[in-house]
Amino acid sequence: MTATLTQRNLRHGTAAGSSASKGPVHRRLSPWVYAFLVPTVLLFGLYTVWPSLSSVFYSMLDWRGLGTDRSFTGLTNYERALADPLFWRSVGVTLLIIAVTVPVRVALALVLAIMLNNPRLPLARLLRTAFFIPVVATTAIIGIVMGFVLDPSSGPVNALLELIGISPVDFLGSSDTALWSVMGVHIWKWMGITMIYWLAALQTVPVTLYEAAELDGAGAWGRFAHITMPLLVPFTVIIGLLTVVETMQIFDLVLTMTGGGPYFSTMVTEVYIYDQAFAAANPNLGYAATLGVLFGVVTVLLVGSLLLISRTLRARKEVLA
Amino acid sequence: MSTRSLTKDTMPLGAPGVRRSRLSRRAVRWTQTVVLAVVALAWVYPLLWILSASVKDAMGIFSSGLSLWPESWHWDNYARAWSDAGFDRYMLNTIIITVATVMIVVVRCAAAGYVIARFRFLGRRLLVGVLAATMFIPTGLFIVPVVELTDLMGLLNTHVGLILALSGSGHVAAVLLYAGFFSRVPKELEEAAVMDGAGFLRTFFRIMLPLSGPITSTVVVLTFLATWNNFFLPLVFTFSVPENRTLAVGMLAFEGTNSTDWSGLAAAASLSLLPILVLFLALQRHFVEGIAGAVKN
Repeated sequence: MTATLTQRNLRHGTAAGSSASKGPVHRRLSPWVYAFLVPTVLLFGLYTVWPSLSSVFYSMLDWRGLGTDRSFTGLTNYERALADPLFWRSVGVTLLIIAVTVPVRVALALVLAIMLNNPRLPLARLLRTAFFIPVVATTAIIGIVMGFVLDPSSGPVNALLELIGISPVDFLGSSDTALWSVMGVHIWKWMGITMIYWLAALQTVPVTLYEAAELDGAGAWGRFAHITMPLLVPFTVIIGLLTVVETMQIFDLVLTMTGGGPYFSTMVTEVYIYDQAFAAANPNLGYAATLGVLFGVVTVLLVGSLLLISRTLRARKEVLA
Repeated sequence: MSTRSLTKDTMPLGAPGVRRSRLSRRAVRWTQTVVLAVVALAWVYPLLWILSASVKDAMGIFSSGLSLWPESWHWDNYARAWSDAGFDRYMLNTIIITVATVMIVVVRCAAAGYVIARFRFLGRRLLVGVLAATMFIPTGLFIVPVVELTDLMGLLNTHVGLILALSGSGHVAAVLLYAGFFSRVPKELEEAAVMDGAGFLRTFFRIMLPLSGPITSTVVVLTFLATWNNFFLPLVFTFSVPENRTLAVGMLAFEGTNSTDWSGLAAAASLSLLPILVLFLALQRHFVEGIAGAVKN
């Protein structure tokens, strides 16, 4: 904005004015512009950009812990990771959680949002609040508390099962049920956020369309199938992607509920990385960095392929239309 | 407007103008509400159960099963968690870390968002590109270098180290929110300010920042929530300094050392969850708008 009026600026007759418009880069800018960028460039560079890049370097080290000697080992860690059944398993568990919980969350939240979007529904606001409250609660604390809610001997869930006449289930202690229990709690905790996404999407549907459809005699189902659904399709992609990315990082809940056990049945990649870096009997920061890099690659591949699929589908639709 | 609901009758209503009676529509709505209310109650039940377990004794938790009403009230659970287990300290740590992080994030994101929106500086495209590209980086990818960096700066066992790490990594959405907002502010406002002789700083602090109130409240609320609930970084940063633990990390430690003290655990959990839940109920609108913004943009 307030460009310093240097001789050159005066000669060219550029006065201090608005600048974001078509101004070429070589216009003199106030030094404050760069000063305003310093905190973000510095913090972001130190804590996000540099770590992402340096992880690649660390991943080629044999490095047992902070402050210890490190030796360069090239791609040895990568060979080890690619041959590590626990790493592959952790990726599989993470993907399974995504494959199960994302569709359930997106679909259930849509049903809830459609019901709660009706302004004439009694108590709609209160009900929305109830579904949203778990989202706000600290995930790690929820994870710890759930160990106690799902306890086989005195937790309330098993008390309920007992009432119905089912013998107690050791939800988190058995490798058959632990992963499903984590998924259930994960869906319960985060459903509210997906519901808010859908409510925001529904706000974009013009009410007049529904009124017109009603005059034409469309029933509730007809209105849903011919107005709501077609208009919500683009949002499905966005909401689905957001949900996938959120789910990739299911660290807090798994670490506190099961720690990745029993018998690695709930070991997701982020917990495995944490384990290798800080918690294992013989930690290896170099190997943890390798797992981190590989996990980053998996994330990019997954999000990229989902984007590709949605584009192809959209393109095909347009061809058909 | 009619009930936008997925009722069972998927039959079209036939001829236009045929309307279901008001009465039956109201009945449908109330039925929906009742069904939803039952589900919603089940939804908040675990949280209510924890609250009630926090005032029961160990025997009461065991014997009362599903009931929320304690037979006798045991406030001593709270005393145990608050002073013996160190939750007074954890609460203070969490408040300090969260408030400081929120302040840094608001200042740095507002400043960056403003110049990104209004100026063509060198490297602008690169900066926006890098910001967008790093939006979804998993914590697992940068946890090791961040810990090492903090260790090299000699800040690993301090609040400052954790605050810098929390305010430095991520918050891309906040920068983009501000940039989006400032780019929509009419240029005439700034031009008028320049005419009146306001400099760069004055224009920003007296005109632009006050205008961005709605964005600031969204950023404050979302950053507060994310920082208060953060777990991975505080966990790793406080391994060797238990007195610096946040509430969530303190909970894990409490569970590790007092695994049999369930009523104490419930009290500690209630203490830790209540501030953020009460804050949410008070500022609900901002939470919901901030989160909805993620989809709309």
